[in-house]
Amino acid sequence: MKRAFPILAIVTAALLSYGLYQALVAAPTDRMQGDVYRIIYYHVPSAWVAFLLFFLNFVASIQYLVRPKPVADRLANWVAIAIGVVLCVVPFVYRPLPGGMEPSALATTGLAITGIYFLIKKLFSELTVDALAVVTAEVGVVYCTIVLVTGPLWARPVWGIWWTWDMRLTSTLVLWLIYVSYLLLRKFSTGSQTPLLAAALAVFGALDVPLVYFSIWFFRTQHPQPVIGGGGSIDPRMLHVMLINLLAFLCFAGLVCWSRYRLEILQREVEETQALEALLDRRPR
Amino acid sequence: MTGLSNITLATLAKDLRLEWRSKDAINSMLFFSLLVVVIFSFVFNPTAEESRRIAGGLVWVAFLFAAVVALNQTWARELRNQVLDAYRISPAPANALFLAKALGNFIFVSVLELLMTPLFIVFYSLRAVGPAYQLPIVAVLGTWALVVNGTFFAAVSVRTRAREIMLPLLLFPISIPALTGMVEATSAILTGEYSARVWIALLVAYEVVFTIACLFLFETVLHAE
Repeated sequence: MKRAFPILAIVTAALLSYGLYQALVAAPTDRMQGDVYRIIYYHVPSAWVAFLLFFLNFVASIQYLVRPKPVADRLANWVAIAIGVVLCVVPFVYRPLPGGMEPSALATTGLAITGIYFLIKKLFSELTVDALAVVTAEVGVVYCTIVLVTGPLWARPVWGIWWTWDMRLTSTLVLWLIYVSYLLLRKFSTGSQTPLLAAALAVFGALDVPLVYFSIWFFRTQHPQPVIGGGGSIDPRMLHVMLINLLAFLCFAGLVCWSRYRLEILQREVEETQALEALLDRRPR
Repeated sequence: MTGLSNITLATLAKDLRLEWRSKDAINSMLFFSLLVVVIFSFVFNPTAEESRRIAGGLVWVAFLFAAVVALNQTWARELRNQVLDAYRISPAPANALFLAKALGNFIFVSVLELLMTPLFIVFYSLRAVGPAYQLPIVAVLGTWALVVNGTFFAAVSVRTRAREIMLPLLLFPISIPALTGMVEATSAILTGEYSARVWIALLVAYEVVFTIACLFLFETVLHAE
């Protein structure tokens, strides 16, 4: 496994530089926005990666909570399977879907959720799954920060304002706040109780996300604002560059998470050894 | 079930008696929210029209900050003489303890609201243009929304190094949807410009989700070692 690390590093570097070239040179200039729009190739992939990492954090936290209890563990397994099955069946039965969503996209999401759940279960033990939660939260906050910084940089020339309290912006900001408080909790709580407390907070945060989204949605529908930005389809060449950059950012996130994960595991080993040495009173000379 | 309610009632009675004798939490909360009222009146110019628009936010922010005072004491009070450890060892269900603490905090914050509301009405010359009968509903729902998660996160933050400061840091981000709900519902009733129904529904959803989550996870948090 360890030998794969430099290979991933090389692949990531190649992808990132290719993505940079594609984003800055090869991609066509936007007719409306000019060259400013190119920040999209960093903004959007970062957002997707951040949400993915937060989702991994949620799954890892759930598993840390349920694994010691066999009944809860089995229940969680069935819930994960049920989510996959429901998302695969329901969108094809009840049509049309709100917001013009594709049923196949929902089905893929459902399968991905179930797949990720069992993949994490297989790859990480009861002890290491907490290390995964730390790592994904930390890297997720970094990516989310990139989103929140590049967003205003892009908004200023295009919309004429740095920030607007629109639905996506606000919910991303609240998500960021929740995960920063998660990291603070991890920093300030001491001893072996930290993982449990943090896992509980992560579950609360995940439950909060839909409520945040709906509350802002109600808020915005009740206080109408000028519609800024707007939908529309994307040029296939631009989509191509975006997907390359998404892949590069995913690899980069994987790389950073991996090395951070190894560091975390090493740190834990050192702490355990120190505790053991203190217990046996055999100090290294 | 009887065990649950007996333990809940006993713990609740104990907390209420303690508070009745010391009046620590209620006094500091009252004075704190009085200060908020006065300071806000300097920050904004409280004319009748303007204050009606901002009063919802003002009232709830004052109550939120004041509630943190009571919430912080919930578990910190049990640290002395290792009472919390005794709770952990005892065979009593953890949720009975949680419900007692949450109900106790609910009573403290409700008393605070009852005492402070006349003051708000006087200082900001408030009058509900919308249906006023909804205000008590919003008050009860809003208070429970603050208190249920507050009690839970107080149990989390009491285990950390920076106890007092940790609670708002954990509680406020999670409470943002609830706070939006309370503030918007209150403003809707006070101004009468739109309906508060949606916001009450949001508050109910928030409470159902988080009350269940708290009851599921509290035992884990209490016994976390």
